[in-house]
Amino acid sequence: MADESGVLVLGDSTGGELSSMSRELLTAGRKAADDLGEELAIGLLGATLDQPSQQAISYGADKVYAVTHPQLAQYQVDLYLAAMEALCRDVSPRIVLIGRTNEGRELAPRLAFRLGVGLAQDCLEISVDAGSKTLLANRPVYGGNAIAVVRCNYTPQIAAIRPKVYEPLEPDSSRQGQVVSFPVELDPSQARSQVVNVVEEAAEGVKLEDARVVVSGGRGLGGPEPFKDLETLANLLGGAVGASRAAVDSGWVPSSYQVGLTGKTITPEVYITVAISGASQHMAGCSGAKVIVAINKDAESNIFKEARYGVVGDWEQVVPAFTEAVRELTQS
Amino acid sequence: MPVSIAVLAKQVIDPEMPMAAFRIDADAKAVVPPSNIPPVVNGFDENAVEAALQIKDSQEASITVISTGTSFALDVMKKPLSMGADELVLLQDDAFENSIDSFFTAQLLAAAIRKLGGFDLIICGRQASDWDNAQVPLGVAEILGLSCISLGKKVEIKDGKVSVERITNDGYEVVEAPLPALVTVSNELGQPRYPTLRGIMAATRKQPTIWSSADLDADASQLEPRITLQELFVPVRDQQCEIIEGDDAADAGRQLALKLREAKLI
Repeated sequence: MADESGVLVLGDSTGGELSSMSRELLTAGRKAADDLGEELAIGLLGATLDQPSQQAISYGADKVYAVTHPQLAQYQVDLYLAAMEALCRDVSPRIVLIGRTNEGRELAPRLAFRLGVGLAQDCLEISVDAGSKTLLANRPVYGGNAIAVVRCNYTPQIAAIRPKVYEPLEPDSSRQGQVVSFPVELDPSQARSQVVNVVEEAAEGVKLEDARVVVSGGRGLGGPEPFKDLETLANLLGGAVGASRAAVDSGWVPSSYQVGLTGKTITPEVYITVAISGASQHMAGCSGAKVIVAINKDAESNIFKEARYGVVGDWEQVVPAFTEAVRELTQS
Repeated sequence: MPVSIAVLAKQVIDPEMPMAAFRIDADAKAVVPPSNIPPVVNGFDENAVEAALQIKDSQEASITVISTGTSFALDVMKKPLSMGADELVLLQDDAFENSIDSFFTAQLLAAAIRKLGGFDLIICGRQASDWDNAQVPLGVAEILGLSCISLGKKVEIKDGKVSVERITNDGYEVVEAPLPALVTVSNELGQPRYPTLRGIMAATRKQPTIWSSADLDADASQLEPRITLQELFVPVRDQQCEIIEGDDAADAGRQLALKLREAKLI
């Protein structure tokens, strides 16, 4: 394959809309494609893709491959992989971008191995060297304690981008692009695993990923009960409750609350941490927050190196008074 | 027939070490192992050992732990044996450098698994705490053509199938796949069991199988690095934290609320 060209984003839609991850990937892809002087395409997988295809063009795509098949209506890893592999082999892109979402965590490595190429995993930033047309990616390693700059040695060069590090472009409905139907042949027997039951555990109310304010609790809370206090505070602020891995591992809250490297990536306006030490693995999930506020009794704790505002004190004294003051201020 | 299970495990620098002890050698593009802190079995891989042991608790099973690296702390790598695993296979060679390239590592492990005759089930930690690549297990599944379920928090074998509670954004889903299969597990699986005294005694007597590059039938074209590390650096944190004071902790809490209101954050 000597004629590889362009950037291919592997995107998806949710509820008939282009997903936010896909919009973010188009921002990264647009820049890379412009630097290369090549085309930006997006491959969308699903059953019906008219609306998301048009949205993809307004968010920066030059071309949309609408990969439709009844079997793609629901996510199934093996079938999605087969469709993505077929698309990559046919399009022969120079660079492939995919979101490091829950699905991307399994799709991206398996796709790279199938194509016999490398994957730059969990990237915070990508750039292309216009001369050599190589992709360079910055990605956190050692739990975020260090950043590695990596280069992919084989084409296509694949990067999995961490959610919420790129901002979607301003949509421009006057942008012109081409929508190409890409039919795939899928055999249902290729699906080697089957989902037999789905269990929801997420909290009611504002979703953690979308909340403007998040109040998170950690190991220092000492048990599940204090999370009720955090919930009261979060409700007053119209926000959601999160947790560190230590709180999840202790069984105080379900895993869907976890913020961090192996949990959710969130970018709230205000992130209030209570009794969280601020290990790099936790900060990996919240470093995109506009303002971090720390309440912790240990002045030496790493969280004070990350926070904009902090109170050094026992949460049992600080949080009730803080909550009362918030109640007075926000309800007056 | 007992169920044959392999667990892929990696020896890593202890991620719980104090942050102050974390140093990199920028020229070598490597993290400097701290001298006074011994390495550990990657935490998620201990979860994988626990998942395998839970299966062995309820049915006849044999557990083989496989690891690759340039050198090993044998007392560290024997921990899975002392927890209850049966065999330890170490792929040890100066060429098996712990690099950021997952492709190479997956090829070695897949070659070892083939040489061992394959397994009904392979269980792995979701990612290693050093390079955080989260690729090797999925790569091994691809190379060996196994069905693959990732991010499990509970793993069971029933009726020739593996059934996994797989973590999702909003909770979990139960996924089934026929054997042979590969499953990755996460910390939500729960605290790995402690070695028992009997287990420690048994592990002392067991000797690992050690294979070098010459023992493995790996395709040389598949061992070329797919990823090159160009640079490694420690990010600079320049955040200045304003510590809010008060007459006491409660008052500081009230002052914090006023401060955030003033800054129009709440």
